Amino acid sequence: MSVTQQDLANDLNPRSFISTLSVFDWVWAALLVVGTMYAYQQYAVHMDAYEVGILFGTGIALIGLGWGWKATRVFMLIAGLLSLIAISQYGGDLGQADQRFLLKFLISSQSATMWMSALFIMATVTYFIHLFSGNEFIGKVATSMVWSATTMGTIGLLVRWRESYLISYDYGHIPVSNLYEVFILFAIITALIYLFYEMKFKTRNLGAFALLVISASVAFLLWYHFEKDASKIQPLVPALQSYWMKIHVPANFVGYGSFGLAAMIGIAYLIKDRAVTNNSQSAIMARLPSLEVMDDVMHKAIALGFAFFTIATVLGAMWAAEAWGGYWSWDPKETWALIVWLNYAAWLHMRLTKGWRGKPLAWWAIIGLFVTTFAFLGVNMFLSGLHSYGEL
Amino acid sequence: MSNKQTHRKVWLEFLGSMNLAITILVALSIASIIGTVLQQNQPYTNYIIKFGPFWHEIFRALDLYDVYGSVWFLVLLGFLVLTTSVCIYRNAPVMLKDMKHFRLNVQEKSLRVLHNFNQWTLSEPTDQTEQRVDQILSSRGYKLRRKQDGENIVLAAMKGGMNRMGYILTHTGIIVICIGGLIDGNLPLSVKEWTGKLKVETRDIAAKDVPQISRLKPSDSASFRGSVTIPEGSGSNLVFLNVRDGYLIQELPFAVELKDFRIEHYQSGQPKSFESDLIIHDDQLEEPLKKTIAVNHPLVYRGYNIYQASFADGGSVLQIAARPLFNKNQKSLPLEGKVNSVKQLETINGMLSIELNDFKLFNIFPAEKNDPSGKKFKNFGPSFTFKVRDEDGQAREYVNYMSPVMQEGRYFYLSGMRRSNADQFKYLHIPADSEGSMERFFKFHAMLNDTQRVRQTAEQSVDIALKASKLPDASMRDEIIASMVRLVGLFNQGGYIAIDKDIRDKVPADRQVKVAEAYLKILQNMLQGLYLNLLNSEGVDISKGISPEDNRFFEDAVNGLAGLGAYGTPFYLQLTSFEHRQASGLQITRSPGKNIVYFGCLILIIGIFMMFYIAHQRLWIILKPADNGTEVLLGGAGNRNQRDFAQQFEKLVNLFNRHLP
Repeated sequence: MSVTQQDLANDLNPRSFISTLSVFDWVWAALLVVGTMYAYQQYAVHMDAYEVGILFGTGIALIGLGWGWKATRVFMLIAGLLSLIAISQYGGDLGQADQRFLLKFLISSQSATMWMSALFIMATVTYFIHLFSGNEFIGKVATSMVWSATTMGTIGLLVRWRESYLISYDYGHIPVSNLYEVFILFAIITALIYLFYEMKFKTRNLGAFALLVISASVAFLLWYHFEKDASKIQPLVPALQSYWMKIHVPANFVGYGSFGLAAMIGIAYLIKDRAVTNNSQSAIMARLPSLEVMDDVMHKAIALGFAFFTIATVLGAMWAAEAWGGYWSWDPKETWALIVWLNYAAWLHMRLTKGWRGKPLAWWAIIGLFVTTFAFLGVNMFLSGLHSYGEL
Repeated sequence: MSNKQTHRKVWLEFLGSMNLAITILVALSIASIIGTVLQQNQPYTNYIIKFGPFWHEIFRALDLYDVYGSVWFLVLLGFLVLTTSVCIYRNAPVMLKDMKHFRLNVQEKSLRVLHNFNQWTLSEPTDQTEQRVDQILSSRGYKLRRKQDGENIVLAAMKGGMNRMGYILTHTGIIVICIGGLIDGNLPLSVKEWTGKLKVETRDIAAKDVPQISRLKPSDSASFRGSVTIPEGSGSNLVFLNVRDGYLIQELPFAVELKDFRIEHYQSGQPKSFESDLIIHDDQLEEPLKKTIAVNHPLVYRGYNIYQASFADGGSVLQIAARPLFNKNQKSLPLEGKVNSVKQLETINGMLSIELNDFKLFNIFPAEKNDPSGKKFKNFGPSFTFKVRDEDGQAREYVNYMSPVMQEGRYFYLSGMRRSNADQFKYLHIPADSEGSMERFFKFHAMLNDTQRVRQTAEQSVDIALKASKLPDASMRDEIIASMVRLVGLFNQGGYIAIDKDIRDKVPADRQVKVAEAYLKILQNMLQGLYLNLLNSEGVDISKGISPEDNRFFEDAVNGLAGLGAYGTPFYLQLTSFEHRQASGLQITRSPGKNIVYFGCLILIIGIFMMFYIAHQRLWIILKPADNGTEVLLGGAGNRNQRDFAQQFEKLVNLFNRHLP
């Protein structure tokens, strides 16, 4: 082994994380600092202290994300750049959406969302081909499709944010305010969480399953768009006009996305488990990660989801305290959030204390997704309450 | 062990068991689901209608209408706190010890059976190796303890002990949240109610008449959630607490006055903001405190939170013209009334009371699909709601719009009527004339009630027909005229339905269709004749035929007239002007447990991250002096994720490989 004395010495004095950063890492940080400062200088007059806090917090979080997971920088740069181009193409005139080529066919929020939808569905198909054929190249294509779809979805949301202000200043709001918008958010966040685990566990064979739940949300989005004309930007009702929305909703969707992903891995687990018990020699089954790995990813996804869902629910309670006069009112949405929370708390107890593994937890994760879906969609559809935005 | 101690142990084991904890989690989930599926805290009559008296009694006895306030739900929560506490009581000391304890008493045998194990044989003295190992492990953040075991050196290393702290924090967090919640819950109220110190008021009476037993002084309650509606220009020093099917009055140590309430709208018509200008009057203040609150921007004053919750009419003054119906006299009667007041009116149907219930300045509705403005929403303008009650107590509810509303290109005055709250409003459409007023329509209606004029019109048309010898026999003249007049009367009193009923009652079945056709034709002729009279009297030139607009008006008016019979009142109330006075619905709360709950949430979240993202790892190294060197045994164990730990252990083994000579 050719190791120099210096290397060995370094080995034992592991440099602090900061000193391992490359020049590009610092350029990245500088870029975000400049961007954040610019946004602050441009929009500070329109923001309250909390929103300023959220702006800088987001800047710091994105620097951290780019440092910790390098691949996201390319994604963030492209999404940011294309969004800026879209915004500059608009100038101050919403009508440009039908005039300018780029806006009309690529990066107006409508077009970008359509691209996102198409790419996610294509990625799903491609991941299945990858799983069935075992062709590595096809797998890479699928991964880049997911990245592209995520980029387009992000552009869709960012540009939509601007478009809402172009309609009228008082219409302007972050696009996480109704079902149409949060479905895009769900697709993006779930895809990012999946991509993270794909990188971490170095396997693309779970992609087919993970993308199923994303495709389902895309299908809903398209139905909602074409059948219900839900893509129109609507102004915010007074109860939603709050900085809390900017943190409560995204935190919630990290939770929902993780739970969705865990359920999909649960399905893959059960399929593989069956193949193992039947002693199947299928190459496809062999390609799926080992049961142990899938069990581990499932657990990690649920842990991540649980942590963020807890944060989101607490943030929701704090918002409720400010908007509705009480941090807990047993409103159906709140109650169902509690039910979801209790459900995954029980799941985690079973795994951590009772030592459950594998099959029963996989089933439970799948059932958990139904509970979560009801909390997310069913409550708005079937139960009355204070979360009555986004009716179907 | 004494018997008592054994009992204690069994109890603790039961209460702290995971099975009990999971059972409670599941039971809480199910209870919560019931509470969301069954709408909570509705008026009891709603439930009786929905479930019938039998099930209603059972559900009520089980407290299913107020699950989250029920005793059994509270007991469940109590058990959650109890089992979590016992769990902490039993495990925390162990865990705290585990965090600090390095477990130096490790045997070589037990090390060798560990899943993660490796060994090296080195040709350097033990103390030198110890130094190396120390350096390697310290560089990876392990803390070390050392023990000399005969000739051997035992090193115990550990990191991530905070993981154990995560357990303690999460579970403590739950308990803290529950305690905070309990402080803000309604338990103290329930206790007062059980002990008979408090009685829920169920009568609909003025606040000042509510007896002491249903009132709470400011010092009586640490926490509450109440609401009150304050009209502009008035104030209140109390709020109402809704309890099941009644309420309690909570007195405040200050008074809240509403100066102004505002609603702003987006261009599209949807509400954009609700704001109240409040003035707080308090002896403790040198001068009254002025503050504007809005949704999401409450006022916190002396630990009381004041929220913008809703709005209502605060007693707007309405100027109304009561137009008589079914009367040839068109003179309307002026009425003035405040919303929430009752007016009496002497009519042909006896004494009727008019209960003015509500006034709305805006009525935003989804626009028609092909609305020329292209807007999604449309403002129908001011409206007022009232009930007309007869001497028997029977009532109908009406909603009348002040201005005409465009529908299918024409303007109509709308008036909705329904017999009960459960019904939808059925709308009477009164066409507006070219001036935009209801005059022409009511003139037309008055003509129908002018029997003499109706008779004249009938005579004219019969005579014309006789002249043109379309009628066979002049002897029938009077009879025909009489039946024409009767037909108009029927239509006037009951619309087409009355005519239909008349035919069914009097004409043999086989001839009904034919007679109906004839009747309709005659009626149409008569109405047209009357309408021509009307146009004439207005000075409209009809020599070149009737203009399409006037024709359209005729059709709309006839539709309107047909509906008047079923309208149910002998007058039409037209809103002529108003003085708008709003009321703001405030929610006033006190929740001293809030910060406790937030603190609990904070440690819960910190605990969760510690538990999931810090791994508690232990390593043991035994250094054995061997011939001319040292034997190194390395074993490790992680408390959570074995796969992750195995990977880390492998990395550590590689590190050892690189650094051990």
